[in-house]
Amino acid sequence: MQVKEYKPLIVAFCCNWCSYAGADLAGNNRLNYPADVKIIRVPCSCRVNPMFILRAFQRGADGVILCGCHPGDCHYTSGNYYTRRRMAMLFSMLDYLGIERERTRVEWVSAAEGAKFAATMNEFVEAVSALGENKRLEDLRCKR
Amino acid sequence: MQKITREQLLDRAVALLSDGTVNSVLGWQKGEFDYDVTPHIFKSADELKEGFVWNDFCYANFSKYLVLKTDRIEGKLLVFLKPCDTYSFNQLLTEHRFDREKVYAIGVGCEGMVDVNKLKAAVDGISSIEATEEGLKVTTIYDDEPTVVAIENVLLERCVNCKSKKHVAYDELMGEEGEIIDSARFDEVAALEAMTADERFAFWQNELSKCIRCNACRDACPACTCENCVFNNPNSGVETKAPVTSFEEQMFHIIRAYHVAGRCTDCGECSRVCPQNIPLHLLNRKFIKDINECYGDYQAGEEVGMRAPLVDYTLEDLEPGEVLNRRGEDA
Amino acid sequence: MRKCSLEKINLVFAEIAKAYTLYLPTDQNDSSAKFTKWEEGSVWSNALNTVRSPKDFFFPQAEDLMEFKVEGKNIDITDIRQESEDFVIFGVRACDVKSFEILDRVFLVDPVDSFYASRREHGIIVSLACTKPSETCFCTTFGIDCTEPAGDVSIWKTETELYWQANTEKGEKLLSYVDSLTEDANTKAVDEQKEKTSVVMKKLPLANLTTDGFGAGKTMELFNNEAWDELSQTCLGCGTCTFVCPTCQCYDIKDFDTGNGVIRYRCWDSCMYSEFTKMAHGNNRLTQKERFRQRFMHKLVYYPENNDGLYSCVGCGRCLAKCPISMNIAKVMKKIGGEK
Repeated sequence: MQVKEYKPLIVAFCCNWCSYAGADLAGNNRLNYPADVKIIRVPCSCRVNPMFILRAFQRGADGVILCGCHPGDCHYTSGNYYTRRRMAMLFSMLDYLGIERERTRVEWVSAAEGAKFAATMNEFVEAVSALGENKRLEDLRCKR
Repeated sequence: MQKITREQLLDRAVALLSDGTVNSVLGWQKGEFDYDVTPHIFKSADELKEGFVWNDFCYANFSKYLVLKTDRIEGKLLVFLKPCDTYSFNQLLTEHRFDREKVYAIGVGCEGMVDVNKLKAAVDGISSIEATEEGLKVTTIYDDEPTVVAIENVLLERCVNCKSKKHVAYDELMGEEGEIIDSARFDEVAALEAMTADERFAFWQNELSKCIRCNACRDACPACTCENCVFNNPNSGVETKAPVTSFEEQMFHIIRAYHVAGRCTDCGECSRVCPQNIPLHLLNRKFIKDINECYGDYQAGEEVGMRAPLVDYTLEDLEPGEVLNRRGEDA
Repeated sequence: MRKCSLEKINLVFAEIAKAYTLYLPTDQNDSSAKFTKWEEGSVWSNALNTVRSPKDFFFPQAEDLMEFKVEGKNIDITDIRQESEDFVIFGVRACDVKSFEILDRVFLVDPVDSFYASRREHGIIVSLACTKPSETCFCTTFGIDCTEPAGDVSIWKTETELYWQANTEKGEKLLSYVDSLTEDANTKAVDEQKEKTSVVMKKLPLANLTTDGFGAGKTMELFNNEAWDELSQTCLGCGTCTFVCPTCQCYDIKDFDTGNGVIRYRCWDSCMYSEFTKMAHGNNRLTQKERFRQRFMHKLVYYPENNDGLYSCVGCGRCLAKCPISMNIAKVMKKIGGEK
């Protein structure tokens, strides 16, 4: 019997101005990162509200990563500073509820950092793969 | 036992009604038993004399009613506020949720309120309760000898860990002003943090699975004042009326606590009203503790006009990863 | 009537559990009781009643009705019903037993709710007589005798013994499984206990609560009563009273999009909620007063009007104990029906 290899599903929210462009650059430079990463483009990292993260997990994500401009470089001046606080509090709460802390991450990736984008994704996918399937924040109905 | 008496409050309310300072009084109304006190808007002195009570069961936080009621009544409303209620009062003012001009607030000293569930667990079939110096003297419907229950054994959790006996807002104060208390309210949170992720997960699965989604925690919360909650809005895509899966239990409670993070004054109403005794305050206090540790001590509602920590930032804030791992790697 | 010693109770449970899935109230860590599945080591609670009513067994808070997948113009519908096996609910109080009759009149009339009907058929109710009613009890108001509970089997618990009486064929069958553990008994101890309990019942604070001012023919008069304003003024609009109530039976049917199909499910709904019975034009009850009034009018006027005068409250007292602001049906009945 052939055992199906476990492939994690990763959702990456990327801000339009830096991280999405960073992903583009990674592609243009032919840098490899796993196809398990599904990118959702958002206008700014602070567009992502906690419900987005939770619903990504509900719909089957095994890890969620949020990428935005480096602090100080936000296209809207201060959006990512708010993101930093919000996500720090949310991820800390998820950890408090016993959800593995490796499943969530925030990284700052600029438009020039194609290499960092690819490296970050490789590393994150590896970390999530090591954890295996998301069982603690899943909605079984979505896996039928 | 409360130091202020019912008569003192009643006399003052009647006086303010009769001299026209206020038009109505938001107070506590006597119930069928000695413990089931209902918030009530009294319109006349006669009504007050007949039904007004002040005892160890006046736990309801009246601040929330100011949002719901001040638009709809004429003239000023007299409201009695315990110390913890005054924090919610300020927080709502900060958020412009009611008109300060329409309210006359009397701060009332509070000696802690009784948790009816704890009292009922101690004595079955309560027929009457009398507050005495020794504690609550409870008689039963089975004609047993009266039992005296020490008040400290049946206090609400929020009163055991009372954070402040000081009123931060009022027009007039009755009784002595108290102090802010250095309470042990974060101990339980710290104990949970010290557990392993597996233990925490098991703890919360057990607690949250009790939820029946009656929404009492949300509806009693003075910080939850959205006119249409996402969980009630069929167009929001997340409307749920029942916790169909464990995910929905988690989602509701995370979002409920998150939405009031930085605005929650820790008044403890959520845990008090929960029919299933879920320790919801442990979610809210986790946010408060994290905020205190990461962004500096902050007590919502301490003053009017403060900027809530989650709508603020500094250039030097910790990164989310640093916040997560600040106590070292997970056990 | 049969009896067995309380010392043998765990043997009895084990015997019943061999033939049926057995549920009984057990103590939870917060000093409340809850119906849980019996397993070796379960301890039968002494609590008067559970926080959640046993209506969950027949009308669960949420249940899936069907699943469908849409592909092009094809709709593929799957019936995901799981036929339930016979189960026993042990230790149901007289008030809650009565609540099943009230639910039956909603779900078992034409068109019959086949989900409910199937569970009702498979469920065996073992009722337990009360000996120590609480101050919040008022079952007598609705003509219920808590010392004489209905159900498939009625039991009476004394200090040392458990007395059993089968009332239906299903009950006889259940008792036959524990035949070797029980023996014939006379009714003396049970009669004495009934006597003692009825004395307490008469002294309950709500013993004089009556339904006199309610019932058929009073719709308009009660609907327009001025007291609704005052009674509902501090209602928070949460659903606690409706969700702990053994007779509340409103539900909503919703679709959940799983991403690869749709699950149609139903779940309890509460008339206290702003989105209850919401239609295209919005909600037909705009204020909390109207929603509040609906709940009590339904229990005390509309339901009896349609069901031969049967009220849809059983006086279990759960809402009295659990309402965050302590507003409840007893206060409403006294105010609207007039103190007698």
